[in-house]
Amino acid sequence: MKKQNFSGEHLAYLKKEKKNSIIVWAARAGVLAVILGVWELIAAFEIVDPFIISSPSRIAKMIGQLWENGTLFYHIGTTLWETLVGFAIAVILGSLIALALWWSERARKILEPYIVVLNSLPKIALGPVIIIWFGTGSTAIVFMTVLVGIIVAVMNMLGGFMATDKNKITLLRSMGASKAQILRKLVIPSALPEFIGMLKICVGMAWIGSIMGEYIVSKAGLGYLIVYGGQVFRLDLVMAATFILCVLAAGMYFLVVLAEKIVIKHPR
Amino acid sequence: MNEKPDSRILAFDGVSLTYHTKEGETLAVKDLSFTVREGEFMAVIGPSGCGKTTVLSLAAGLLAPSSGTIAVRGKSASESAGKFGYMLQKDELFPWRTIQKNIVLPLEISRKNTAENREKALGLAKKYGLGDFLSYYPDQLSGGMRQRAALIRTLAPDPEILLLDEPFSALDYQTRLSVCNDVYGIIRGEKKTALLVTHDISEAISLADRILVLSKRPATAVAMHEIGFEDLTPLKRRENPLFSVWFEKLWKELNI
Repeated sequence: MKKQNFSGEHLAYLKKEKKNSIIVWAARAGVLAVILGVWELIAAFEIVDPFIISSPSRIAKMIGQLWENGTLFYHIGTTLWETLVGFAIAVILGSLIALALWWSERARKILEPYIVVLNSLPKIALGPVIIIWFGTGSTAIVFMTVLVGIIVAVMNMLGGFMATDKNKITLLRSMGASKAQILRKLVIPSALPEFIGMLKICVGMAWIGSIMGEYIVSKAGLGYLIVYGGQVFRLDLVMAATFILCVLAAGMYFLVVLAEKIVIKHPR
Repeated sequence: MNEKPDSRILAFDGVSLTYHTKEGETLAVKDLSFTVREGEFMAVIGPSGCGKTTVLSLAAGLLAPSSGTIAVRGKSASESAGKFGYMLQKDELFPWRTIQKNIVLPLEISRKNTAENREKALGLAKKYGLGDFLSYYPDQLSGGMRQRAALIRTLAPDPEILLLDEPFSALDYQTRLSVCNDVYGIIRGEKKTALLVTHDISEAISLADRILVLSKRPATAVAMHEIGFEDLTPLKRRENPLFSVWFEKLWKELNI
């Protein structure tokens, strides 16, 4: 539809929609400004001891300090690397396992109880085992990240594969399609929305895994800064690392949303 | 009645089929025999749930009969799996493929995706009014257009027989009449043999040369009728005085 075809009523409607969206964005920014402002004021007038609650300006100063002494990007890089590697392994391996389980009904039935148990198990319980097996380096943290994400990836993708329209499978079989063809032409493409949904969940899972891993064992990273800051009672450091974490997690999520827009082109 | 062996393209001979589940076994089709002749449009009607779809699955080689034989041009049906064009209740177009990509799908599956075959399939699409919509996605088309695209997809690999499983039941009544007319025209135009299953008596009368009436489950043949409307289109048939006579007769047979 071309813009010049719009009626006056429609233009008014569009204007209203635009106004609504401006209001929403302004309110979002306003909420943030109020929170930061009130926080800053409470700290400035020492209504609550800023030593305990920190403050936005102290957080900014702390980030500045980390940047000056050159450790800011070292810590960010460490955590980001662990998270991304764990995320990638969990997603790829999880999808492959889900494919294998779709392929073999017998394997699916045999492994079902194990998957259920692994899903319910709090992965942090495996912390000591992971340290003993993988040491105290990044490998242990990546392993923890994979562990947290992979079961979710498997279950989501298997659900997506299994939800393939039965009639479409019949249609392909009537064309003489092999199982591999059904997988390639139908099952995988039709599970693309589930794949994107799984990515969104796994972004969250990967951050849980990497930070949890760093809590248990680490010498660097944002999780390390938070634990260390907590132990030495430097709330500025804890809050600064948490703030950076928020930004990174949101950024990764929006990358997935962007990927979704690029990959899924057909109208729904 | 020309029943020379070479004109019999599909033959069911004493076919029975039993479904097995943990709860028990169900005899779905019992001792069913009929033949489909080259170039004819045959309809199979029966009460709902009588196993009509099972009959098509058997013909397409998707299911193997428990007993009896199904022959396609004298050979076993399981050998000819993939040579039939199967059209289902819904169009089952893949939403992530454009109409053009949907139409060539059977060619990709049977590895006959040559430039020549593609040309033929797309030529068919253009001939029947889909030329302007080839780059559209299915969700951008109306129900009638989608069903037409599904038919062209079914015709793309040049199948021996079209198997139609209530292909209009998902459409609203108005669209249904016009798509029915459409599909009849295309199938006649391409001189295809077709086997239609439906529970809709008027649809069967308006499309078919012959109608096979099935009983309640387990499905077996009750009667075979030569309709004799020759080349009248579905809409013209509905106006014909004989239409209601046939309707009455078949309706009674279904309710025995």
